[in-house]
Amino acid sequence: MTSERPNMRFIQGNEAIAEGALYAGLQFYAGYPITPSTEIAEILSRRLPEMGGTFIQMEDEIASLCTIIGASLTGLKVMTATSGPGFSLMQEAIGYAVMAEVPSVIVNVQRGGPSTGLPTAVAQGDVNQARWGTHGDHAIVTLTASNLQDVFLMTVAGFNMAEAFRTPVILLFDEVVAHMREKVVVPGPGEIEIFERLRTSVPEGTNYHPYLRREDGRLPMSDFGGVHRYNVTGLVHDMWGFPSTDSTIAYDLLHHLVDKLENRADSIARYKEYFTDDARVLLISYGSSARSALQMVVDRRKKGGKLGLLELQSLWPFPAETVREKCEGRTHILVVEMNMGQICHEVKKVVSRPERVFLANRFDGIFISPGDILRVLNMVQGKGV
Amino acid sequence: MPVKDYLRLRFLPHIWCPGCGHGIVMSGMIRAIEEIGLEKNEVVVVSGIGCSSRMAGYLDFHTMHTLHGRALAFATGVKLGRPDLTVIVPMGDGDALAIGGNHFIHAARRDIDLTAVIMNNRIYGMTGGQGSPMTPQGMRSTTAPRGIADAAFDLVELAKGAGASFVARTTTFHATELTRMIEKAIRHKGFSVVEVMSQCPTYYGRQNRLGNGVEMMKGFRDNTTSIGSKKREARPDLIERGIFVDEDRPVYSPEGLKAD
Ligand SMILES: Cc1ncc(C[n+]2csc(CCOP(=O)(O)OP(=O)(O)O)c2C)c(N)n1
Ligand code: SF4
Repeated sequence: MTSERPNMRFIQGNEAIAEGALYAGLQFYAGYPITPSTEIAEILSRRLPEMGGTFIQMEDEIASLCTIIGASLTGLKVMTATSGPGFSLMQEAIGYAVMAEVPSVIVNVQRGGPSTGLPTAVAQGDVNQARWGTHGDHAIVTLTASNLQDVFLMTVAGFNMAEAFRTPVILLFDEVVAHMREKVVVPGPGEIEIFERLRTSVPEGTNYHPYLRREDGRLPMSDFGGVHRYNVTGLVHDMWGFPSTDSTIAYDLLHHLVDKLENRADSIARYKEYFTDDARVLLISYGSSARSALQMVVDRRKKGGKLGLLELQSLWPFPAETVREKCEGRTHILVVEMNMGQICHEVKKVVSRPERVFLANRFDGIFISPGDILRVLNMVQGKGV
Repeated sequence: MPVKDYLRLRFLPHIWCPGCGHGIVMSGMIRAIEEIGLEKNEVVVVSGIGCSSRMAGYLDFHTMHTLHGRALAFATGVKLGRPDLTVIVPMGDGDALAIGGNHFIHAARRDIDLTAVIMNNRIYGMTGGQGSPMTPQGMRSTTAPRGIADAAFDLVELAKGAGASFVARTTTFHATELTRMIEKAIRHKGFSVVEVMSQCPTYYGRQNRLGNGVEMMKGFRDNTTSIGSKKREARPDLIERGIFVDEDRPVYSPEGLKAD
């Protein structure tokens, strides 16, 4: 470990996730091994107990997510980590965390799919699964990053959002980011704000309604084992947390679950811009693909090309306003991703000139290169290949 | 305290059919908790999905009604998050042993300090009478009109084999024994399994001509006997009731075993 500053570390992506989680206050981890996320579990099995937390390896990913949801209700900050096949198994319980509004963080280090796919190769094919994997109308927060400092920061942000919005948050990283090594500066305590759980101030003996929203839309929690006893269920429920089939209650609850995130899409939005001011061609990318996109932009700039990059760090709720605004007036928009166009499709939906949006992608397990992107740009600009 | 003081009266009436065995199990559980003297705030009830699992919502403890088959996994998180709390997991036989079978054997293997109360009515009640892993071969279900081909589990043997440190079986007919066993199971430090043979007159009873709830309970009286009873010499088909395993073991914690 080379360190220029005491808190500067040269670490692997999966370690940056683990460190970010610990910085954010992780207290409980349950998981099941799967490439390329396994190091997160290995690191936390050592680090978490040292810090007074709990680590448990469960019998599968279904159990892992269910276990952390149970632990979260006792008041702990919780996380699990997996990859495609395990993420598929978690979908039902993600819906439970959405419905019961349980703060929880789920890391998916993406690999090639579908099915067992390409276990050790990079891909970004789970973007839509993160959004729509669980059944029923709902909203979800999904964050990502392209370098390890940002992996650390987005992990912290994910924990904060899980608490602020009482929601599961999906940290959607990929194999390249998870397995590369880079410098990460671990901030000192207090340098980044950490959100603690909002707990009810209703005193013992007074009725506490676990699902009665405050004026600001938030629902203060009460830990299991505390002075308030209440019911938690995945069924449509009333303010007591008790099952209801009342259509008004169902309508209101679904609206709340979606609105609490979609109506705050702007404040949830996280992105970075590179050379966008005067860019005629705008690249939009995220995760490890954004590294190649940035390299390509820098290379072309040296040759006088007016290119810029919008790097998305929040994918869901889709930052529609930001994307629409940043795409305005560009001659070409190139979405760079390692799937068959999952974010490209979203971009086309929100921009005023969808015919100017093109896809530069790979989905064959090979990391997309600046050259791959350039070839597509040349093609769409009519410069040939 | 009367039983009703442990119930959330606001949430009643319950969904159970007349003659269903699940209510008997619920009152047995309440009596056991009262006998031990646990405060309501010290008890967490975590259930899955099924008629039996609806019990969680009716009880005035910290309650969690989760996903079909996954109650033990959620309960594991609650218990590890707050080891001082008593965590009880009421389950149906389908919930515990079909979709939840993997979690069941692993909770037993870990011997984590949870109390699993499995209401074995040998059928899927909630979805209308399909066969479960506890439906005996040849019996009818809505998806086995000619009788079930698959062999059933022996829940006691399964729990023993998987490593549970407390394993008991009783029935809804034996109400006093039921309370005593759940009480012992809750007091036990480790994974405790109480199989309660329960009746679903609506589906299992009707499809297999076993009569109403009372007649089905009489069947439990006539077709079971205490462990080691001489009656089994003449009638080896009698199902044994009692405590099959009750072992003191170091208490499980994921960091390693701790002395009690
Ligand atoms: C993942 C999933 N699959 C199927 C169901 C439908 N389902 C609900 S309850 C149940 C079985 C209930 O039987 P059991 O666990 O024996 O409990 P009982 O209703 O008999 O008390 C099934 C199959 C579900 N809710 N979730
Ligand atoms: S269907 Fe069967 S198990 Fe369900 S409540 Fe009715 S009798 Fe009980």
